[in-house]
Amino acid sequence: MVQVILNGLMIGGVYSLIAVGLTMVHGVMKIVNFAQGDFLMVGMYATLLLYGLLTPGAAPYVLILPVAVIMFLFGLMVFRTTIYKVIGKGDSNYILLTLGLSYLLQNIAQLIFGPDYRSLAVSNDLKFASISLADNFISVPRLVAFGAALILVILMSFFLNKTDIGRAMRATAEDRTIATGLGVNTKVIYILAFGLGTVFAGISGLLLTPIFFVYPLAGAPFSSIAMTVIVLGGLGNIKGAMVGGIIIGLVESFVSGYVNLEMAKVAIDLVLLLVLMFKPFGLFGKGARKA
Amino acid sequence: MHMLKIENLNAGYDDLKVLFDVNFEMNEGEIVALVGSNGAGKTTLLRIITGALPIKTGKVEWYGKDLTKIPPYKQAEMGIAHIPQGRGILGTLSIKDNLFMGTYNKRTKTKRADLLAKTLDTFPILKTRLHHLAGTLSGGQQQMLAIGRAMMMEPKLLILDEPSLGLAPIIVNEVFEILQTLKGQGVSMLLIEQNLVKALELASRGYVLETGRVELQGESGELLKNPAIRKAYLGI
Repeated sequence: MVQVILNGLMIGGVYSLIAVGLTMVHGVMKIVNFAQGDFLMVGMYATLLLYGLLTPGAAPYVLILPVAVIMFLFGLMVFRTTIYKVIGKGDSNYILLTLGLSYLLQNIAQLIFGPDYRSLAVSNDLKFASISLADNFISVPRLVAFGAALILVILMSFFLNKTDIGRAMRATAEDRTIATGLGVNTKVIYILAFGLGTVFAGISGLLLTPIFFVYPLAGAPFSSIAMTVIVLGGLGNIKGAMVGGIIIGLVESFVSGYVNLEMAKVAIDLVLLLVLMFKPFGLFGKGARKA
Repeated sequence: MHMLKIENLNAGYDDLKVLFDVNFEMNEGEIVALVGSNGAGKTTLLRIITGALPIKTGKVEWYGKDLTKIPPYKQAEMGIAHIPQGRGILGTLSIKDNLFMGTYNKRTKTKRADLLAKTLDTFPILKTRLHHLAGTLSGGQQQMLAIGRAMMMEPKLLILDEPSLGLAPIIVNEVFEILQTLKGQGVSMLLIEQNLVKALELASRGYVLETGRVELQGESGELLKNPAIRKAYLGI
């Protein structure tokens, strides 16, 4: 029982991180990025490539900063070339664009790296390391992923609530015209929000590489989970994305532990349905969207 | 040099022309009222000044500089504060964060603490609720917050679009008392109002806009005495 809860919490933290990036982009520019999971996949491959430069067997976590920088630049490039053109142009435009982007990224990855499942050559000491806690085990890579995700999400809320640029981001999310009148260059805010969303996806990818295989479709399951998480928590709500991620992690862990792995996906959607029946705007949604 | 000068302005939305050969000017320290009935083009003129709408022909100048060529987000830095219709507060941010956004621009950022103290002295109601969401305030309090936030920008020009709209008469009086205080501090204002008497009592000059043209302009006292205005706006 405790073991199941621990497993759920650990993976839930990573779900939170992916979802926070997704919900932030939605909050600020009203765009749901259907390629968020594939950005995660890009982060995985970036980690894989950079890992080759490290001494064999090292922990990949030292790559967080370089991967973050690469992902930010990648996000910037995607934003400048495509996303910027569909902001405020209606829902179907960004859906088609980001879905297309998703397939494009998957196929580019397949073209470059092939369809093979790869994994980091992390030393077994790290891969199978675990901490025992009263008869229960926590795998160290999962604990690190959880811890890092939690720290990033907390930093993000601090940034949004306590800094001028964070405030400007929330102001832009609520009303672009008013923010402009107060001196906010909303174009820069959009770039920043999208870049950070991409960085969050990329770092999630890095944190998952010691745990999951890397392959061109590796991001797809995370796309749909992140989507479920942000709707469950309330669109555009950072706190909602955090809590939603943990809930989905726990549900998945319980059902796959006590029923079976396949039913876990069903259970996630069932929970979403139940929550939306009673709270149509999600757990923390107030009907109004905000960052 | 005029602070704000508009020359032969024509503007509108796509094929719909709203403003016709509008001429307008105001100097530093002046309070000017822009009055007119619904659909006269008051808000359109304001959207032109704030850069939300492009012009078709004509000139809009701020201290001799072409205002239409400057990105709208730079206006805060230049000292133009704008309280839009419906008050324009950020309901999902706390009152404190709303006020802090008034010092987002580099010009007043360094004076944030002083300006906050000064603003809270003027609007004690905000002091007790600093950490509440601005959306929880009543309409009158939201208008106070909007004015307070604009004062945090230390504006050279404060533009108000229908500050009395949707407020109870007693609150309207309160709002105008505050504007009177600001007038005493020498703040220049461009006031757009349907409440003609109140607007002209506060302002020294007024422009009357009718179907996109400046029909009348002059000293407030003269405008209030003008028989055509009395008939059209006051029903007497």
